[in-house]
Amino acid sequence: MTVGFVMLVHEELHRAEQVARHWATQDCPVVIHVDRRVPSAKHDPLVASLADLPNVKFSRRHRCDWGGWSLVAATQDACEVMLESFDQVSHVFMASGSCLPLRPVEELKRYLAARPQTNFIESVTTDDVPWTVGGLDWERFTLRFPFSWKRHRKLFDKYVELQRKFKVKRVIPEGLVPHMGSQWWCLTRQTLSAILADPRRREYDRYFARVWIPDESYFQTLVRKYSNNVESRSLTLSKFDFQGKPHTFYDDHLQLLRRSDCFVARKIWARADRLYATFLRSNHTLMQGTEPNPGKIDRIFAKAVERRTQGRDGLYMQSRFPGSGVDRGKTCAAYSIFEGFSDIFENFEDWLGQAVGARVHGHLYAPEGAQFSGGGETSSGALPSNARLRDYNPCGYLTAMLWSTRGERQCFMFGPRDNQYISWMVATDPNAQISVITGAWAVPLFKSNRNFADIRREAAWLQKVESEHLEILRSNHTKARVRIWTMADFIESPMEPLQAIIDEIGARNVRRLAEAPRMVDLTGFGQFLQNLKNQGMHPYLMGDFPTNNEPDRPRKEQRRPYLVR
Amino acid sequence: MGAWRDKYRMRWRRKYRLFRAFRRRRELTSVQNRTKQVRKGDILLFCTMRNEKIRLAYFLKYYRDLGVNHFFFVDNDSDDGSREFLLQQDDVSLWTTKASYRRARFGVDWLNWLQRKYAHGHWTLVVDPDEFFVFPFCDTRPVRALTDWLDASSIRSFSAMLLDMYPKGALDAQPYHEGQDPMEIAHWFDSGNYMISKNDVIGNLWIQGGPRMRAFFADKPEAAPALNKIPLVKWDRSYAYYSSTHSLLPRSLNHVYDESGGEKASGVLLHAKFLDTFSAKAAEELSRRQHYSGSQEYKAYHTRLRDNPDLWCKWSEKYINWRQLEILGLMSKGNWA
Repeated sequence: MTVGFVMLVHEELHRAEQVARHWATQDCPVVIHVDRRVPSAKHDPLVASLADLPNVKFSRRHRCDWGGWSLVAATQDACEVMLESFDQVSHVFMASGSCLPLRPVEELKRYLAARPQTNFIESVTTDDVPWTVGGLDWERFTLRFPFSWKRHRKLFDKYVELQRKFKVKRVIPEGLVPHMGSQWWCLTRQTLSAILADPRRREYDRYFARVWIPDESYFQTLVRKYSNNVESRSLTLSKFDFQGKPHTFYDDHLQLLRRSDCFVARKIWARADRLYATFLRSNHTLMQGTEPNPGKIDRIFAKAVERRTQGRDGLYMQSRFPGSGVDRGKTCAAYSIFEGFSDIFENFEDWLGQAVGARVHGHLYAPEGAQFSGGGETSSGALPSNARLRDYNPCGYLTAMLWSTRGERQCFMFGPRDNQYISWMVATDPNAQISVITGAWAVPLFKSNRNFADIRREAAWLQKVESEHLEILRSNHTKARVRIWTMADFIESPMEPLQAIIDEIGARNVRRLAEAPRMVDLTGFGQFLQNLKNQGMHPYLMGDFPTNNEPDRPRKEQRRPYLVR
Repeated sequence: MGAWRDKYRMRWRRKYRLFRAFRRRRELTSVQNRTKQVRKGDILLFCTMRNEKIRLAYFLKYYRDLGVNHFFFVDNDSDDGSREFLLQQDDVSLWTTKASYRRARFGVDWLNWLQRKYAHGHWTLVVDPDEFFVFPFCDTRPVRALTDWLDASSIRSFSAMLLDMYPKGALDAQPYHEGQDPMEIAHWFDSGNYMISKNDVIGNLWIQGGPRMRAFFADKPEAAPALNKIPLVKWDRSYAYYSSTHSLLPRSLNHVYDESGGEKASGVLLHAKFLDTFSAKAAEELSRRQHYSGSQEYKAYHTRLRDNPDLWCKWSEKYINWRQLEILGLMSKGNWA
């Protein structure tokens, strides 16, 4: 009782020879099918070099096309040779020229001897298969595919379209339930010979010859007819990426492969000398009869596919540049923008930094240059504060800053004096938390010692800029968490909104705010607004301020910090 | 209609490049032609250089270790012994020219010609003597593993952004000596100040930033040098580099990035320009006026170099390996694992 290997070979013949020799010398018969495309200059030396081994045979050569029937025909022929020539074979194991045994053959033999009636073949119905190429799953059994997908893609697609349009349906032979799975299976002699000697084989063959990728469905379907003992998994470790092509193993996967406890892996890079040298050594130590455990490899490859299809949110780089239509993952992490707060509170940045433990910048988009937390000409990632460099690509500047500081919450101040270019981007970014006290920009003007005519002009301009910005924040495209108060409303009870914002920023600081930020003295601000009105300007963004707000002030000073338990 | 006209225009632009390359072939004189050694499937490297003798020893060693099989050099009238040095190398074919670097589109015409003639069907790397190619798993896998994987994935071009490396302190504080790994001196880089926009005509990304933009181009960022490069291409004789190695024609070769959120695999070219040799080079190039847009770049260097600037800042990152660059998001493994 032993296991026989059927190898389908089309390139890197010297590796195939090495592996065939490895198996054959350990008393496992090998039947090799060499693709007809391989020139005889390469084929003949392979035959000659294996001539010393009586248990290596070659089967009739077919010209193999990926996705076509020829691969099944080649397999059938090779299996027939195997079953006829080697009586001692109880299991037939399908392998390719780039397969590599990871565990000693002895172990595989023992494993199979303990399960003499089990067929190891991945065989699942189409509903359960996530890995089909080109969106063809059930249709691969009901349409015809006479054109090669690799060489005549356009014809292939057009013909599929045509059949869909005319609703052409093939009849699946009676008694068959289409199943699919990896073509690297291991079947018992009993099952395999039953499939090959089936009285209806001609009918089946004719049907499958026009099925799409029959090597993934022929044996997988027929095995269900002859055996109830199907273990639906492959003994060959073979992982496919999102394009449906197998992942390749290299020398640096050595430890990973060793710990996988799989019997055979594919596909191995032909120049992975260390893998071949290690795993084909005869003095390989025997492991216990452990089950294959490719979990770790699965995770690595799943991650690689995810990296390719999803990428890292908020990263813009040479090989990832999501279009502007993509809303998800514009930026890599949540951040907060405060508008107006630093105008009505003294040292608001310091206070906020203590309250939330985040990095709090000043006005990042100030016309004089970015005011980084802690000052300085550069910030994380060597981002320069220079206004010209920043304004060269303001959105890229923000995404770069957030990317370079990932892991740490970023907060920054914003206002109508700043570069407004980022408004749309932050408004449509679900990661942004934007809190606005409208009209607060008037406070620095109120405090400034400038000519009133200049103040009036600037106030009018700032109000215009801010109202445009607010319009963007209030548009129905907005995805950011936006909160807007008029200045009058906000200073009525500042602690409640502050507490809400800070609670949302993070659970890091669970204790309640003990200390309120200090508000600037607004005595006379109402009168200041009235003066603006008197000059013909209409300051409306700050809400309703009484002209005389003197009685308001003392009450505010005495107010106790907001405490809720 | 517009799309067709566009397509047609690009076709003519490509043909024009190839025609230029054809015309400028006469400017090249073969000094040593060892191209008979080139075997099917060999990986080839193309390089234009002028007076870079001090860098060549390490450059050749670096790329031989990566698995490059044959080197094609165009020597633009060196007088420092570069030519003699290259003649002694068994795997180097060498051409020389006294013609204008600028008029040959900064060497692109010459290399386009040599590539058309010798590189058809080969994976080719086009780099400068101060550029060192880093790709995913380059510490454990040769470049052939990458090209085999690209072949299997039906990918024809591979992006590697230019990453400017610089020393800490004045540029001339640590002299570079021949054969030395330049990254022993210049091992700092900017990890996150790169600005990207898309060129809708040619379809490539335009990346600017890094220490050069920060230190030399603060008052005119639009003039800062482009950092996007596509140095590794499975060459076909109908291809042509369009603007240095920043972009190619046909345009499909420039689609080295994913626009739906995923990441394609990419590498980095470590750019060891900022060594003690830089000041002399900048002065020479400024006087020769053979560089891009009136040598603007070199003018900017020259004015700043007088006060011996320190490119290093406290946010500079120290280079460790490709995995670090991958984590920082400067390059990506894509779905290669």
